[in-house]
Amino acid sequence: MLKIVEKFKIFAAISLVIIIIGAVVFGICGGFAQDVDFAGGMTMYIDMGKDDINYGELEQFIKDNTPDGVNPTVQKSDGTQIVIKTTPIGTEDRDKLQAAILEKYELGEEAILQVDNVDASVGKELKTQALTATLIAAVLMLIYITIRFEMRTGIAAVICLIHDVLIMLTVYAVFRIPVNSNFIAAILTIVGYSINNTIVVFDRIRENYAKNKKASFAEIVNTSIKQTLGRSISTTITTLLPVIMLFIFGVTSIRHFTIPLMVGLLAGTYSSVLLAGPLWVLMKNLQANRKKKKLAKR
Amino acid sequence: MGKSITKLVIAILVIALGASIALFGFNIQLGGWHISYPNALDEEQGIRQGLDLVGGSVITYEAQAESATDSEMETVKNVLRKRLDTLGYNEATVTRQGEKKVRVEIPAIQDPEEAVQTLGQTAKLTFRDADGNVVLEGTDVASATAAFGQVSETGGDQHYVQLKLNDSGVAKFAEATAAAAAKADGTNYISIMLDEKEISRPSVSQTINSNTCVISGGFADRSETHELASLINSGNLPFSIKDVELRSVGPTLGEKALETSLFAAAIGILLILVFMVVCYRLPGLMADIALVAYIAIVTFIMSFFRINLSLPGIAGIILSVGMAVDANVIIFARMKEELSLGKTVKTAVDSGFNRAFIAILDANVTTMIAAVVLYYFGTGPIQGFAITLAIGTLVSMFTAIVITKFLLRQLVGLKIKNMSLFGVKKRGIENA
Repeated sequence: MLKIVEKFKIFAAISLVIIIIGAVVFGICGGFAQDVDFAGGMTMYIDMGKDDINYGELEQFIKDNTPDGVNPTVQKSDGTQIVIKTTPIGTEDRDKLQAAILEKYELGEEAILQVDNVDASVGKELKTQALTATLIAAVLMLIYITIRFEMRTGIAAVICLIHDVLIMLTVYAVFRIPVNSNFIAAILTIVGYSINNTIVVFDRIRENYAKNKKASFAEIVNTSIKQTLGRSISTTITTLLPVIMLFIFGVTSIRHFTIPLMVGLLAGTYSSVLLAGPLWVLMKNLQANRKKKKLAKR
Repeated sequence: MGKSITKLVIAILVIALGASIALFGFNIQLGGWHISYPNALDEEQGIRQGLDLVGGSVITYEAQAESATDSEMETVKNVLRKRLDTLGYNEATVTRQGEKKVRVEIPAIQDPEEAVQTLGQTAKLTFRDADGNVVLEGTDVASATAAFGQVSETGGDQHYVQLKLNDSGVAKFAEATAAAAAKADGTNYISIMLDEKEISRPSVSQTINSNTCVISGGFADRSETHELASLINSGNLPFSIKDVELRSVGPTLGEKALETSLFAAAIGILLILVFMVVCYRLPGLMADIALVAYIAIVTFIMSFFRINLSLPGIAGIILSVGMAVDANVIIFARMKEELSLGKTVKTAVDSGFNRAFIAILDANVTTMIAAVVLYYFGTGPIQGFAITLAIGTLVSMFTAIVITKFLLRQLVGLKIKNMSLFGVKKRGIENA
């Protein structure tokens, strides 16, 4: 017999430790590594067509060709690409900078691979939007689950959802993956996946509970987890497969997006198998104890 | 049994044909007949590919004002549209975003910075005489409104544009109309110009010394007067617009992103197909067929409705592929259990479906809730994700409940005795 419920403390502790590490790193580093999407700023990817670039010279050249105070930096990116970052600058200044670099390094227009320029206000709006949407979605899901199952199931499912998102945030914080609009897509994917996964486990718990009223909550949950384990593993594998392929074959922006996604998928499986059921048992037992106490008082 | 095999083979052929049409399109020419359906990646008619995948620029302009009314934003959109057309970007789209933002998407653009500058200029409205001299400026005009009614005492009702002038404009306009009216036919007009483009050329027959005047004649319907009024108003918008966001992806990088993503997706799906057969045997094969049908249906919907597929959208699709398979996995896991308990294939299929249905329904409804909320509250990338997720979820429910069920029913009809084909090792050993 699987004894998941009995070992809940261990599983919860593992999650907590990971989340605390994330929070600590988050605190030390002063937040996430923010991409221009959120922080505001300009990024320009240029294919220099060669590897041997004097970065010191290039950086000075960029400084000379941008307005004062925009803090330009230049770094190597994929292959022969470089990435220039500054605070947000106007279109005339971008034009000037591009023209200067293209001329100096004798490059054609097509060498400019990607340009992003975002005002800080835009990122703030996107963040608020994503946060409100996720919260509203969570509340509505809670209501639906309460209607179809019961409130404690809903609470457990939403806790698992928060857990998965926190684990993902830890990965972003610890590995300094820049947060951008793809970050939002990644989080949203996990929100959808996590709840889906948890529901399947609870569906089994609901069924077994109705069938066997005499068994303890822990017994029911352990049985249900065991019965759904094969399915949980299969689904994780089939969802992970395309994501892993994207990680292996994708371009940089897509890879940045797949790492947290993989972690999120694993966290989603972890929480739906090892945390959701036991959390429900915990709440159910509390509820039962309270009822007993009430009866005793009478 | 024979009937089941026939049905199964027909179903597989239909799905294979549907999938190949949805993905690759077809083009048949038979004598005078010409039938075709576009390839899913056809630029003109296939799935609309996001600019992050094919290259292009997305520019967001924000009104530089505390607030903006709907009609003001409509004016901004019209002006941008006109300018895009002038620049030759007929493929570009202009959409309103939030309260005071407008999002311009231009595919395959060579010089985005030039576009940013030209598009973002404050529209300059001028009135000029036949010789091109400026007689009135945008600041002299208070407002323009589209109206319908009687213009002259003798004429009937018609569409016209009413122009209101500022105090500064009245004298200038009186002078200009006097001069224009005195000229010979053919030069007795005043051009209304937006930047360097003429938007209207009313002829003048008399001096107008008033703070209101009417442009009439030749307007077929309200949309024409409305457009002219809106264009004139843009010359004296209460605010300028600023480019708060530019995202520009060069065509080479975009192409690479799309190519590698498609390749990765293809390999990923192939691995899923193999995995399902290895784990679930015959039913797994049925799930694979259902998955192919799923991909065909999603592709068809995406290209039929010209839905924009961007990077976040791909994430939504991946998630929904995972869930499409999941629905099948739930059903099969149930079937396996029932078979292990020693039930017949027919009973196992039926009860597997009935029990799995509730789980699939609840899981998908919660995901749909997320998708709808995200679509409703989000913009841009968030909406793109929500749409693909919603389509994927609905189609995955359909394929699991209708197509997989149909395929499995036929499997029952085959009366297979060898339980290992269902992934069940020994019967009656396990007891739940």
